[in-house]
Amino acid sequence: MPALLEIRGLTVEFTTSRGILRAVDRVDMDVAEGEVLGVVGESGSGKSVSMLALMGLLGSNAKLTADRLAFAGTDLLTLTPRQRRKLVGKDVAMIFQEPTTSLNPCFTVGFQIVEALKEHMGGTRKWRRDRAVELLNLVGIPDPGARLNAFPHQLSGGMNQRVMIAMAIACQPRLLIADEPTTALDVTIQAQILELLTRLQRQHNMAMVLITHDMAVVSETAQRVQVMYAGQLVETRSADDLFSRPRHPYTAALLSSLPEHAERRARLATIPGLVPGIGDRPVGCLFSPRCAHANDRCRAERPDLYRDPEGLARCFYPLDDSGRPEGVAA
Amino acid sequence: MLRFILTRISLVVPTFIGILLLSFMLIRLVPGDPIEVRFGERGIAPERLAQLRAEMGLDQPLYVQFLDYLGHVARGDLGVSISTKNPVLTEFLALFPATVELGLCAMIFAIVFGLPAGVFAAVKRGSVFDHALMSTSLTGFSMPIFWWGLLLILLFSVQLGWTPVSGRLAALYYIEPTTGFMLIDSLLSDEKGAFLSALRHLILPTVVLGTIPLAVVARMTRSSMLEVLNEDYIRTARAKGLSSFRVIGIHGLRNAMIPVVTVIGLQVGSLLGGAILTESIFAWPGVASWLIEAINRRDYPVLQGGVLLVASLVMLVNLAVDVLYGMLNPRIRR
Repeated sequence: MPALLEIRGLTVEFTTSRGILRAVDRVDMDVAEGEVLGVVGESGSGKSVSMLALMGLLGSNAKLTADRLAFAGTDLLTLTPRQRRKLVGKDVAMIFQEPTTSLNPCFTVGFQIVEALKEHMGGTRKWRRDRAVELLNLVGIPDPGARLNAFPHQLSGGMNQRVMIAMAIACQPRLLIADEPTTALDVTIQAQILELLTRLQRQHNMAMVLITHDMAVVSETAQRVQVMYAGQLVETRSADDLFSRPRHPYTAALLSSLPEHAERRARLATIPGLVPGIGDRPVGCLFSPRCAHANDRCRAERPDLYRDPEGLARCFYPLDDSGRPEGVAA
Repeated sequence: MLRFILTRISLVVPTFIGILLLSFMLIRLVPGDPIEVRFGERGIAPERLAQLRAEMGLDQPLYVQFLDYLGHVARGDLGVSISTKNPVLTEFLALFPATVELGLCAMIFAIVFGLPAGVFAAVKRGSVFDHALMSTSLTGFSMPIFWWGLLLILLFSVQLGWTPVSGRLAALYYIEPTTGFMLIDSLLSDEKGAFLSALRHLILPTVVLGTIPLAVVARMTRSSMLEVLNEDYIRTARAKGLSSFRVIGIHGLRNAMIPVVTVIGLQVGSLLGGAILTESIFAWPGVASWLIEAINRRDYPVLQGGVLLVASLVMLVNLAVDVLYGMLNPRIRR
């Protein structure tokens, strides 16, 4: 399958008062037509920023460079803003973490859905209205005709996220980016929204990038997973392989912090420390200060992404099938 | 929405009573009553003074006078002017359009220039334009009206001769007032050139009176817009592929307008205060100069009635702003 989205060496730097922060560090990413890619990592790992960069939604203090940034064969780096706007919102759509603040409080949800249709599809006023009703129905909002006139504050968070989804799929995008779509919602609603997203993804054969810090969410939906840490890609492989045989110690640590992996232990495993910030980046592997297996080499040198039979891992001593580092005496 | 409006109206009542009391008391605190002031240095015989006072009811205790006044106001009677013997309401209505015309033009001037300038400064935050606008608006806001007015007259009227020094219309035209608004009346009349003359007379007073609201609107729009542009829904609008004109002009401005409208409403009160100075500088025949004359002559009915009418108007405008606010912001409607 040809890649729908092709990213090579994407780097995003922010100019801040304390210096330059590299939020995304030479990240590669491929998404095939109809594929679901999970992107996981803690807060500050650069997963959202890399997708905002793709959408052209970064602020003026951000600097974007890439060897290649292409969607369906179109090089996004050479597009004028006007040409890019024809793509963004139509072929690539995005939904966000906070549905309630992501909708404009001053306009009805109908207005906001119709607006997207008007921008990219045209059509008559009646067609757009009918389509909006159809979309609300599709995302499971009861009494869609009446809901068109509702303001976001009159709907619950779950309903608003459904509206956001309806808005995003209005123009039948080929790629949907879902940035932590369930994080701000109640647990019971989370499952419904995920189910809705996967159903729509299958029905429309739409590719999807699902950004989350929740490994459980990824395991239920994604075919392939990329793990990010401190702006770098640290591991990528199929979801099955990643969950059964993680190679990077960070991935392994993320997985062991899932409650369902903690059956034999009394306490839930945690990863000590924080993702390094602007001033405290280690010289060696970025994960070395928090890694249980790190040695002097890890602390002195930065590892590349190394290819293994199933995928890529950024580690000198990737874990073997039993979960122990390779090439290190036990 | 109806309940919202009714709540607001009920709040108007105590304010109204406060204004009645204040306007009645304050002018009586100024030394010298209407009769003493009228005779001035010539003086008046004590018996004659007492007789005139009794005729006007000024010899009664204050509370009796106030209750008497309240009774008249309740019947819609604001009394007659002591100096001209004309009904206060008639005089007010004849002069008020001139003040409204000036005030409206000043407000339009402030909004037409202040709103886009504020939006542009917010979008181009930190640019030369932003800094220039913020420092000029601070200067404009701090400019004393009487000094600013004289400065403009000196430059544009005296030195350059582009605009008239004072008044509302050149003396060679006579316009029969129909609406009371000179711009409209002169357009309706057959007098050629009267409209242009009216317009030229309006320019400087409008600029002088509009400067402070202009500065306030520009600064408020800028800060409100800056806040709104960081909101998540702006990112959503951009993610939809909308043009930046639409993102800023529709999604941004609609939200940014909410505090700006409030500020514009609050400006109406200070605008009338500024109008008093502006009308004096430009000899503008409006309510403000009429009130100043009334102070000098201690014309109690004119002052009480005039202040009451102007204050009621400010309250009405603020009420309208509250309603408009509710329309702009769907979250407070219910």
